[in-house]
Amino acid sequence: MADVTGKMSQDTFPRLGRVGLDGLLVSFGDRLSEAANRAALAFRAAVERDTPDGVEESATSLVSVFVRFDVLRVDPAGVMAAMARLLESRDWYAEALPEGRRLWRIPTVYGTDLAPQLDEAAGEAGLSPKAAAAEIAAARVRVQTIGFAPGQPYLGALPEHWNIPRQQTLTGRVPVGALVVAIRQLVLFSVSTPTGWRHVGQTAFRPFRPEAEVPFVLRPGDEVIFEAVGRGTYERLREAGPDGGATCEVLR
Amino acid sequence: MSRGLIVHQAGPGVSVQDLGRPGYLAFGLSRGGAADLRALHEGAALLGQAPGLAALEMAGTGGTFEATEPMRIALVGAPMRAHLDGTPLAWNASHLLPAGARLVVGPASAGVYGYLHAGGGIATPEVLGARAAHLAAGLGAAVSAGDRLPVGTDRGGAETGLRLDPEERFAGGAVRIVAGCQTGLFDPADVARFEETVFTRDLRGNRMGVRLIPDGEGFAARDGLSVLSEAIVPGDIQITGDGVPFVLMAESQTTGGYPRIGAVLPCDLARVAQAAPGTRLRLRFVPMGEALTAERRAAEARASLRRRLTRLVRDPREIRDLLSCQLISGAIAGHEEE
Repeated sequence: MADVTGKMSQDTFPRLGRVGLDGLLVSFGDRLSEAANRAALAFRAAVERDTPDGVEESATSLVSVFVRFDVLRVDPAGVMAAMARLLESRDWYAEALPEGRRLWRIPTVYGTDLAPQLDEAAGEAGLSPKAAAAEIAAARVRVQTIGFAPGQPYLGALPEHWNIPRQQTLTGRVPVGALVVAIRQLVLFSVSTPTGWRHVGQTAFRPFRPEAEVPFVLRPGDEVIFEAVGRGTYERLREAGPDGGATCEVLR
Repeated sequence: MSRGLIVHQAGPGVSVQDLGRPGYLAFGLSRGGAADLRALHEGAALLGQAPGLAALEMAGTGGTFEATEPMRIALVGAPMRAHLDGTPLAWNASHLLPAGARLVVGPASAGVYGYLHAGGGIATPEVLGARAAHLAAGLGAAVSAGDRLPVGTDRGGAETGLRLDPEERFAGGAVRIVAGCQTGLFDPADVARFEETVFTRDLRGNRMGVRLIPDGEGFAARDGLSVLSEAIVPGDIQITGDGVPFVLMAESQTTGGYPRIGAVLPCDLARVAQAAPGTRLRLRFVPMGEALTAERRAAEARASLRRRLTRLVRDPREIRDLLSCQLISGAIAGHEEE
């Protein structure tokens, strides 16, 4: 084991390590920060632009980049060395956000029976339900990563008082388009699944459309405003298609 | 109707599977595909076709199927009791399924996932480059009674009655794992104890992951450390909140924040997938070099499957109705004239 864990004992970031037999992880921090998130997005973009031989795919999570390579074809040490060189080539924390980012406005119903945990979440954040809904609806949050389920965005960061814990036990299934909150982040669910996050809003937006030309709609770096709408508007938008009334403009 | 398989009855875990959809991790979609990839290669070898063609994966038990036209099939993976119009069919073998005959595939006698391959492959429409159902992602659906599954044109020849000795993987045992960048989050003494522990495959387990209950105390990262969500992939061994390892399978989520003590070698993952509830497993760390050698050997074994096919010798005592058996061989002749 020493051949692997030896490299991992370093205490500084960025950090490079093996994951399984055919993967490696470049990590830019042990907690979420805007700079580390930006660094991960920029590093992955560089890997995708100039992909080292044998690398088969790469993916970002909040502050790290996972790289999978063909271990039967290339020497893992070579891939590790290529990643280390790339890592040392510049200050990744100073890199800009990805190009072609967009601003989405996604109509959202806060509370009601559609999103039954608004009151509870507001209480955890020390706000009235009305103030909590207004605050989230006014926030302009950024897609920090896509993951867990297909096309599913993690967005942030909300103000510090939204650093509320996930629930100990999972709630029953939330539907597709559910907006949930915990740890200063919002998640917009792309599949129907049980979750420990609190369900505060409901949209008619489908982040994953397997049959469509663009199956995964949101991208890391995109910004989103979850604008408050009434129930009647939501019902009408739900009939209108997978965008659920969302609009999109390119950020410059 | 066109060439296909009619499903008269199906167990709860029957789905169309292939090699899955590698390459969508960045979009939050895990690879998916067959829980036992080795079985896809075995079925393909028996039918002389490409391993990328889709087959029916049957978890725990199969179902009742009928072909709309004479069709070659192969039965591989977890051994299941199979009958063709009441006549037992050998597992790990290829057969001719005459049009209109009833193929009944019953419960597994060992392992979890059995596979029914058809000559030409199951030809349901591709979504995002594959046919595999990925139920966690909402792609495709479980196969159920009344379905008619299209089957592609058989380009693998006309031969049936071949058999293959499967690689043993249906009874648990030793599984090789490698350390990773989070192994160091665990106390070395706990890592050593992990290797010594006998695990029992829990009732809880599916295509997303398999829970392994230790015969002693559970495990935890030092200081109950939690980790920020990172990419996770099949084979990763998460230590969940209750201290019990959870081995991620083909249809896992793509990010997770539980500390990972190591990862199962790709070539040993089928052994975990095929461990039925109650089966005992040991997880042993191997150095990266040894892991790579094992993976190379597994790739070579997959590549040599076709050279290891043998003729199926029928035991007349197992065939209750010799007359119907001859009718089946008549159907083979008809197919060959087409």
